[in-house]
Amino acid sequence: MTELLSVPILPLILTLAAFQVGRVLQARFRSPFLNPILIAVILVLAFLFATGMPVAEYQLGMGSISWLLTPATICLAIPMYEQFQVLKKNLPMILAGVVAGSLSCMAMVVCTGLFLRFHPLLTVSLLPKSITTAIGVALTEMSDGMPGITTAAIIFTGILGSILGPVLCKLFHLTDPVAQGVAFGTAAHVIGTAKATELNALSGAVSSLSLVVAGLLTAVVFPLITAML
Amino acid sequence: MKYLSQFCIILGFTLLGETLQRLLPLPIPSSVYGLVLLFLALCFGIVKLEQVKAAGAFLTGIMSVLFVSPAVSIVSNWELIRPQLLPICLLILASTVITFGISGSVTQLLQKKGGASHD
Repeated sequence: MTELLSVPILPLILTLAAFQVGRVLQARFRSPFLNPILIAVILVLAFLFATGMPVAEYQLGMGSISWLLTPATICLAIPMYEQFQVLKKNLPMILAGVVAGSLSCMAMVVCTGLFLRFHPLLTVSLLPKSITTAIGVALTEMSDGMPGITTAAIIFTGILGSILGPVLCKLFHLTDPVAQGVAFGTAAHVIGTAKATELNALSGAVSSLSLVVAGLLTAVVFPLITAML
Repeated sequence: MKYLSQFCIILGFTLLGETLQRLLPLPIPSSVYGLVLLFLALCFGIVKLEQVKAAGAFLTGIMSVLFVSPAVSIVSNWELIRPQLLPICLLILASTVITFGISGSVTQLLQKKGGASHD
């Protein structure tokens, strides 16, 4: 058993298998709570706990594919370019919504962090909560924050946005499909975009553009805020 | 072979991003530089959509799997978040609602004002 734990590819196989379980469960029950990342994390943690494999060793094993995150993030430019062509006419309205939403989100996290006296690194790690994990984790790592907290906060945000989105559209009287797309993409990144696509194809397209713009905008503002904390 | 050549182009932008991140004194992740450069290259026709689309769709498709590893490190930070778990969860809930409302309302207001149509 202990020899098996030292197989270098074991963490990768474990992760892929756990993720696959999550995907099958989500396809079967269609609940936003059954997020494949969430399920994979729970299963991996259970495995590490049961076998006593250190987290560091697991992450070392994942290093063989973790580097793919940078090229994968860069590829977000491709859907962004495609939506950009389609949504040219609505672009100023989309950008204004994303800027207003992203800035108020960050302002709220900073103010709450200061008011409740969070550890500065905790505030830093929560700051990219509404943007895509790809850019969010890179930002947190750059500022010596905690990527685990960032990823958890981002997934939680996405699940909340996906569940509450349709209700929030009614609450805020968002009837315009472009406005709905901006709301889903800015507040709840990829997980929200999946929900927006279910509601309306145009909302889904706007949402996938908004999530990349929100990520880029946050990346630019992020260092200015962390410098003040 | 299609995937291989497309992957090479994407890796080229990755290298460009890493280089810029090291050369420029700005605290911006290399992936953001790469993303903006690839977007501009597509806009100016330096790179054609068909030259990156298939490999790009594959990479963005597997992205979720790559988040499992950083998420697992939350156990190492558990002691720091445990005493403030409830305020953290409430903050995430409240800020998600507010971000949703503000971003959507601003866009809707401008859409109506401009009288823009969706055709």
